[in-house]
Amino acid sequence: MTTDGPLPGLVLTWQLDGLSLLFGLVVLSISAVTTVYAIGHARHHGGLPGGGLLYLLFILAMLAVVGAGDGFTFLLAWETMSLASFGLVLTDHRRAGVREAAWSYLVMTHTATAFIIAAFLLLARTSGSLLFADWTAHAPSIDPAAASIIFLLGLVGFGTKAGMIPLHVWLPRAHPVAPSHVSALMSGVMIKLGIYGLVRLSFDWLAPGPAWWGAVILALGATSAVLGVLYALMEHDLKRLLAYHSVENIGIILMGLGAAIVARSLGAQVAMALALAAALFHVVNHATFKALLFMGAGVIDTAVGTRDLERYGGLLRRMPITGLCFLIGSAAISALPPLNGFASEWLTFQSLLTLGRVANEPQTTLLPLLAGGALALTSALAVACFVKAFGVSFLALPRSPHAAAAHEAGWPELVAMGTLALACVALGLGAVPVVSFIGQLVPLAAAQLDGPALGATSVGSGRLVVPGIALALLALAVLVTLVPRLLGPVRSRISETWACGITLQPIHEYTAMAFAKPIRLMFRDIVRPVRDIGIVHRAGTRFVASVHYRSHLAPVFERYVYVAITDRLVAAAHVVRRAQNGSLQLYLAYVFAAMLIALLLAR
Amino acid sequence: MNETLASFGLALAQLGVLLALAPGLNGLIKRMKAVLQGRKGPPLVQPYFDVVKLLRKDAVVSEHATAVFRWAPTVYAACFATAALLVPVLWSGAPLGGWGDAIALVGLFALARFALALAGLDTASSFGGMGASREVAVAALADPALLLVLFAVAWRSGGTDIGAASDYLLAQGLAAVAPSQLLALAALVIVVIAETGRVPADNPDTHLELTMIHEGMLLEYSGRPLGILVWASHLKQILLFALIAALFFPFGIASTLSEIPIAVGAFLLKLVALAFVMSLVESSSAKLRILRVPELLGAAAALAMLALVAEVVIG
Repeated sequence: MTTDGPLPGLVLTWQLDGLSLLFGLVVLSISAVTTVYAIGHARHHGGLPGGGLLYLLFILAMLAVVGAGDGFTFLLAWETMSLASFGLVLTDHRRAGVREAAWSYLVMTHTATAFIIAAFLLLARTSGSLLFADWTAHAPSIDPAAASIIFLLGLVGFGTKAGMIPLHVWLPRAHPVAPSHVSALMSGVMIKLGIYGLVRLSFDWLAPGPAWWGAVILALGATSAVLGVLYALMEHDLKRLLAYHSVENIGIILMGLGAAIVARSLGAQVAMALALAAALFHVVNHATFKALLFMGAGVIDTAVGTRDLERYGGLLRRMPITGLCFLIGSAAISALPPLNGFASEWLTFQSLLTLGRVANEPQTTLLPLLAGGALALTSALAVACFVKAFGVSFLALPRSPHAAAAHEAGWPELVAMGTLALACVALGLGAVPVVSFIGQLVPLAAAQLDGPALGATSVGSGRLVVPGIALALLALAVLVTLVPRLLGPVRSRISETWACGITLQPIHEYTAMAFAKPIRLMFRDIVRPVRDIGIVHRAGTRFVASVHYRSHLAPVFERYVYVAITDRLVAAAHVVRRAQNGSLQLYLAYVFAAMLIALLLAR
Repeated sequence: MNETLASFGLALAQLGVLLALAPGLNGLIKRMKAVLQGRKGPPLVQPYFDVVKLLRKDAVVSEHATAVFRWAPTVYAACFATAALLVPVLWSGAPLGGWGDAIALVGLFALARFALALAGLDTASSFGGMGASREVAVAALADPALLLVLFAVAWRSGGTDIGAASDYLLAQGLAAVAPSQLLALAALVIVVIAETGRVPADNPDTHLELTMIHEGMLLEYSGRPLGILVWASHLKQILLFALIAALFFPFGIASTLSEIPIAVGAFLLKLVALAFVMSLVESSSAKLRILRVPELLGAAAALAMLALVAEVVIG
């Protein structure tokens, strides 16, 4: 299908296949929910007409990205999406740090777009057309070396948008400062479009490539997952914590995608379908629980007036419905049964193991197994992180007067969060129909039944029936409640918490920082914590007047990756500056020389 | 329909057996430790008395506690009760093995931990927070190690099903012994020590804040909820022992009804042997400094990863 473009002679092409439909459904359903949330958000913060327009443009652009049928349309939609989200990140541009965050987002996203344009130009050159359909048709005839270059360019471009480590640095900066319905959309949906691009690139536009393509994605995914969750654990800004969890979950999705690419190169259909289904299912699941958690964080931010976990506490009593929704989201993202995060992580584990079985060379066998180990570590750390995030903000005593005065959110926020909390439960219990629906939309991901599978009908070893587990849990919970009653009734008395004989105060509670300390110490060689203790003495004495303690993480990626690049860019700019001395005569000489060269070349 | 009913009957029977034996196992370990340390020790049935006494007593609940604190014991116990149905104990095949595999087992462990750690934070006590913080840190290494051990052991049977793995290894007999199995066993023993809160990872007999992990989270519980938690912890312990028995010493597991008496005897024998090993470990080693525990568990995780790689590459 084509439509006229914004300029005369420009034609926009659209296509809607199963993959587009799947991602389109994610965009539409999550944005429908966040829009309900935005109604409530506008009540507290004053809705900006311009912001509302940008918000709609953002959603429309995301839909256009998944519906684009040629390179030009795609890039137009992609840039609109990036610029609209940049504008939305700038909503609170008077707050400290917002402009810097938006700026780094803009730089990163445009660098990424440059890589995507380069990949598209190469694809267009080899196929002689900008149409995606032509790229797919020409995929088998691309020279393997050119295909690898296109793949790597696309990986950098789409990987940056997805928030893959080491290209993730914009994500924990930009997502927290945006209004929460925008963060929910950016983290829940927009970064998934990077995954959409990668799936298109490696399954549609390029023929089955060598196994190392998948191996690279698998390794990057495992790194993103482990580092993402570790950085999230060290974070005490709730929205930054959630943003780092997006890096983690993108890593899990990438593990599925990488495993699918490796399996495809080995011709292992079952493993490929399983892995791709795992990746796409996790795309859907992460969209639901991440949007839910970001909206929860937004509600808390509005109620308490800060994003600092250390100033929350005791919110479950004051905001019970928000608390319940946030608890469900936390359990889902921690991959706890019987929720949706568990179902898709189960599939990812199974696809990695299946790949390990079909791969016959040591390098292709070992990598999925190591990735499986990384995934196991990731989910254990995610549990730790969400015990911290939920426990410190919702339980125990309020840690600040603002937290003590917090109120429950209005109905739009509660409706939005409740819908997604129900979706987390439904997607977990209905994992089998959802995965087969994904298989219908994307035939490559139609998991066959000979192998580990969701549902009881499979004959292979390793099964998961989520409703069965849920039923068993429920039935046994009822038994646990009822059976002790046979011993007679007991009462419970309300009394104070034992605090070794002193009156319990919020300052006695474990802080988020203290909670994460054992893990910070265990992984200190990776996360590089820096401790900064300052002791101020009273003038002229050795008596201590005050002690301050601060801890932060050494910005490893910024220091060793980005500063290295920007330093070289600045050095190059210094060289170029010598040619720019401001003298008009010199510039005229440049123009003259340029014209002369152009004439000589055109001769 | 009859088959479904029969499998539910088997499930309840297995749960009943494990629940009945669980406190006794704890008493046995305590008694063996006492004898090894030259003490007399409490009678074997003492844990039964303790659990029943706690279940009859009124509870004192903190004024700061929320519904999380109230429901955590139920969730914790339901998780281990469900997990107990995913492991073969007396007869081949786990009762609910068709509903969940090794990954589901570890998922249920994680859910139980999530509930209890939140309850630890809920009462605003610093002991609860300390216990929760340490528990999730220990689990961050113990859980992956457990999962990798299960992957390694189940590898040859072609999946992640615990019952199938146990059957396969039973059929193989001594031919199943491989370097990867030994590595996996070593890793699993360390994991079990950590998960059951035993020396050198934790100390089950103390409330000393410098060392405690599991007990820290339970500190604010009393009466019936505490009774449920204690019994559920006993269930977790016997479940982990049964896991070792099913995967590394599967002999004696019944495949027909007439073999059940032998299976019961074999299971009791295995429990006594494992209890003796645990009491030996606890009596002969000192509690590790809390910050050194991750090194031990890191070793377990590394062993488990090595076991999986060895299984795949060599086996």
